Amino acid sequence: MTSLAPEPLTAASNPPTQPLESNLLPTDVRRISATAHVPPPTRQLTEVAKLIDVSKCIGCKACQSACIQWNDTHPEVEENVGIYENPHDLTPDMFTLMRFAEWENPETNELEWLIRKDGCMHCEDPGCLKSCPAPGAIVQYTNGVVDFISENCIGCGYCVKGCPFDVPRIHKTAHVSKKCTLCSDRIAVGQGPACAKACPTQCITFGPKEEMKALAAERVEDLKERGYDNAGLYDPQGVGGTHVMYVLHHADKPSIYSGLPVDPRISPLVEAWKGPAKKLGLMAAGAAFLGSALHGIFAKPNEVSEHEEEEAEELYEDIVHEAPEASGGEAHGPVASGEEAR
Amino acid sequence: MTEKRFESAPGDEIESEAPLRVFRYRGFTRANHWLTAACMIVLLLSGAAFFHPSLFWLTGLFGGGQMTRWLHPLVGVLLFFSFMGLFLQMWRLNLPRREDVEWSLKIGDVLKGNEENLPELGKYNAGQKGVFWGMSGLIMVLIVSGVMIWEQYFPNLVSIPVRRAAVVVHALAALGSLFIFIAHVYAAIWTRGTISAMTRGTVTGGWAFRHHRKWFKELARRKRDEPSEGSAEVNGAVGQDLAAQGHAVKPR
Repeated sequence: MTSLAPEPLTAASNPPTQPLESNLLPTDVRRISATAHVPPPTRQLTEVAKLIDVSKCIGCKACQSACIQWNDTHPEVEENVGIYENPHDLTPDMFTLMRFAEWENPETNELEWLIRKDGCMHCEDPGCLKSCPAPGAIVQYTNGVVDFISENCIGCGYCVKGCPFDVPRIHKTAHVSKKCTLCSDRIAVGQGPACAKACPTQCITFGPKEEMKALAAERVEDLKERGYDNAGLYDPQGVGGTHVMYVLHHADKPSIYSGLPVDPRISPLVEAWKGPAKKLGLMAAGAAFLGSALHGIFAKPNEVSEHEEEEAEELYEDIVHEAPEASGGEAHGPVASGEEAR
Repeated sequence: MTEKRFESAPGDEIESEAPLRVFRYRGFTRANHWLTAACMIVLLLSGAAFFHPSLFWLTGLFGGGQMTRWLHPLVGVLLFFSFMGLFLQMWRLNLPRREDVEWSLKIGDVLKGNEENLPELGKYNAGQKGVFWGMSGLIMVLIVSGVMIWEQYFPNLVSIPVRRAAVVVHALAALGSLFIFIAHVYAAIWTRGTISAMTRGTVTGGWAFRHHRKWFKELARRKRDEPSEGSAEVNGAVGQDLAAQGHAVKPR
């Protein structure tokens, strides 16, 4: 019998030589899209995180290659338009993307090349999951991984609207949403994400979130010693923290890193749309149904009486036989006034 | 000369005299109406599936989540054009009239069915006009916001923040249209004799007399003034009818 895989502690470990049972089970799910009552998970996995130390990145794109290879995606070959990004944006076939920004530091007047590996941040409070209408299309495991389950995905694109980082992409032919899974299938067997494994400078590291935060603190201290006074960790609390974190040399200005959001949070519009308003709307619709049904049962129907049918005929005959000149096509002929007086 | 139409639409006429039946909607309008209604029902059911997780099972009616996601916007476009057909046929008689104010003020009598206390009305009462203009406005909002969030064909038409607003607006407008839909269907059922206007195209004389007397009178006057030979025949028929009832028949 195969044994259960260990929990992943690093991306540097070698793959197992024996087949292992997945250690990321359906019972490890703590949130499920469009599902109100998720059975409480039977255990709490160690919270994991990927740490991307932007100051160490050399822009080699080994992470992108590893991502493509592991996930077996086939990004389209695009045209070179004179920038380093390749492809030009995240796509349904490119879950991670090196974004290159040239930034002139106003303090030193020096040009800085800021390279950020973009991709899913695996938010603690995921906007994609909150906005998803399809039960089970997005899940969050107790280790923090937010995963898209394509079989349940309907391709509506609500997750695109829910995400504060503009990450999910809808596949044009499969009609499902795609993004970084944090290599949940590797994590399940005790391995770290493919990108972290491939990174030649250890810019990308992976492990328990607490350890990653400690490592980040060391790095931040080091950067501060080297003159980056504003170096810091990007673990935005507006989304409850993330399971992909950055060490930034200019943590006070995240937006210079190709538009990294300064204070990402789920849009109030998404909260309003998915929050209690939804329940209110449902109740209002129910009340309208019920109200009309009750009126239908208890109020007397608005019926035309036999008498009115006769009156109609009389009025009709009167009009037909009155001389056209007399009424002259006027809206209120003598018959009409007679009716009103009645 | 036949009186100009002020309260009625082309095609509206006194259809028969014994029994008295009034032609209210011609075949094209009825087909147009039922196409719109079918679209509306599909849209409300499929939209409800996306509106709340507890209603997601409704996607089963359309062949699953993916099919529903594909179908909903297409039917939405169909509804938009179908409703536009209705709009072009009906907008003129839905313009507000003086009597709509009095009718609206006497809404209590309307709900109790005390129509003898209400003013004489043209083809539509203020409630029907409310349904018409409410739906017209909401369908505009729904098609515009809907295209903005149509992932399959317009994924990047507007920015993500605009799309977030659009989904909220779309949901609210859809809810509004549901209320109007319920009111419309309910009123048609509660007001007995109404549904035949959209099935056979006709209503009874009594129905026209009770609910839309101005419209009825205009059609009666137009019938009287019809110069065609048809009118002579009809007058003949009425003459016989009246003679049978012992009325004196005025020669025309």
